[in-house]
Amino acid sequence: MSSAPSTTKKIRVLIAKPGLDGHDRGAKVVARALRDAGMEVIYTGIRQTPEMIAEAALQEDVDVVGLSILSGAHLELFPRVVEELKKRGVDDVLLFAGGIIPDEDVPKLKELGFKEIFGPGTNTQDIVKFVFEHVKK
Amino acid sequence: MNELLERFLQGDRRALARVLTRVENDTEEGREYVRLLYPRSGRAHTVGITGSAGSGKSTVTGALAAEWRRRGKQVGIVAVDPSSPFTQGALLGDRIRMHDLALDPGVYIRSMASRGALGGLAPAVNDVVAVMDAFGFDVILIETVGAGQDEVEIAGTALTTVLVNNPGTGDDIQAMKAGIIEIADILVVNKADLPGADTLVSQLQALLTLAPAGARRPPILRTIAITGEGIAALADAIEAHRVELERSGELERQRYDDARHQILAQAQAILLERIRAATPADELDALVARVAARELDPHTAAEELASAVLGTPLHP
Repeated sequence: MSSAPSTTKKIRVLIAKPGLDGHDRGAKVVARALRDAGMEVIYTGIRQTPEMIAEAALQEDVDVVGLSILSGAHLELFPRVVEELKKRGVDDVLLFAGGIIPDEDVPKLKELGFKEIFGPGTNTQDIVKFVFEHVKK
Repeated sequence: MNELLERFLQGDRRALARVLTRVENDTEEGREYVRLLYPRSGRAHTVGITGSAGSGKSTVTGALAAEWRRRGKQVGIVAVDPSSPFTQGALLGDRIRMHDLALDPGVYIRSMASRGALGGLAPAVNDVVAVMDAFGFDVILIETVGAGQDEVEIAGTALTTVLVNNPGTGDDIQAMKAGIIEIADILVVNKADLPGADTLVSQLQALLTLAPAGARRPPILRTIAITGEGIAALADAIEAHRVELERSGELERQRYDDARHQILAQAQAILLERIRAATPADELDALVARVAARELDPHTAAEELASAVLGTPLHP
């Protein structure tokens, strides 16, 4: 297990919860799975505004942003997150989302730039695989 | 000069973020940025916040940053959390305690994983701090990983080191042990509203009276970081420490010590990398097998490895 100090490139991921629902179990499970896959995961906690999420993505220079939402406000909040990211010039991150999102909303979110939407019951290993496959090297 | 550096020098935070990533990953481009920006660093007051896991380091750090914003300062924060020794992954959660600063344009927070470094920091932390210094922050707060007794690297990175203690976490013999307590320039008793705070303060005071004559006695301050109580006084004490460093000439001496330490640490890393790169895997495996079987001690094995690469036996 001994690991010498290393400065090699790591995949950096921001896991964030926009909006007012306080249920972050899913976000934590995903954060943990990505951590266990060797990524550096920045978790910012619940009740983040789109501005806060975009600003954290900028400051932390992440490769990936994952949003978790259960409140049903994804069509309100996700476009604003994308807009705030663009406003800051953060236009090359891999975006994905998870939570309670009806199937009919998925195409709209993909059009916004979300590469994948993971519903309840997703195997965390599928999310890990997805990130490895799609992250910009 | 490339476009990224140009934007950095104009104060573009996105450019700062990108430069920091290259520096943290120790790419060739990153090293070039450090080389170019290092002469611009050395102006910021670098403040280390250390203490055990759960002592309130992040909350103290956030509250101090807010206090310095009220005083009109630009504040950078570097928050280090541990990497897994098994997967090298990390969960960086220090921002959770700093929500109030999230949208302040005068604050920049960067989370770093320790990436296998011992001592409570991360391999590239000195370079990251130098780059943030060159960017123009007045104060840079460096929060270590949860530190136990021996994580003293922060003293070589920060001008002022603050040790955050809590009531109810051990008797006074804990505090008498060598190590982290010796590097503290300021002692903080956080969560000072909890029972046992008075006892801890008097234990720390008693401990300081045992210090050799002439030794600097760090001030002891009480805070309740979550409400902000005591934070302004802590910021005052930190500023006073820098003034004292400058007045006494200690600042110059500390800069020399830190420079020497950092050069030697880098040289060590370069040599280790060279040994790694030049040693065939099967040769290393053979040594590993002999040491694991107790036929050879690790010290002799290391000397064999090093002298094979460096050409000269270390003990001719």
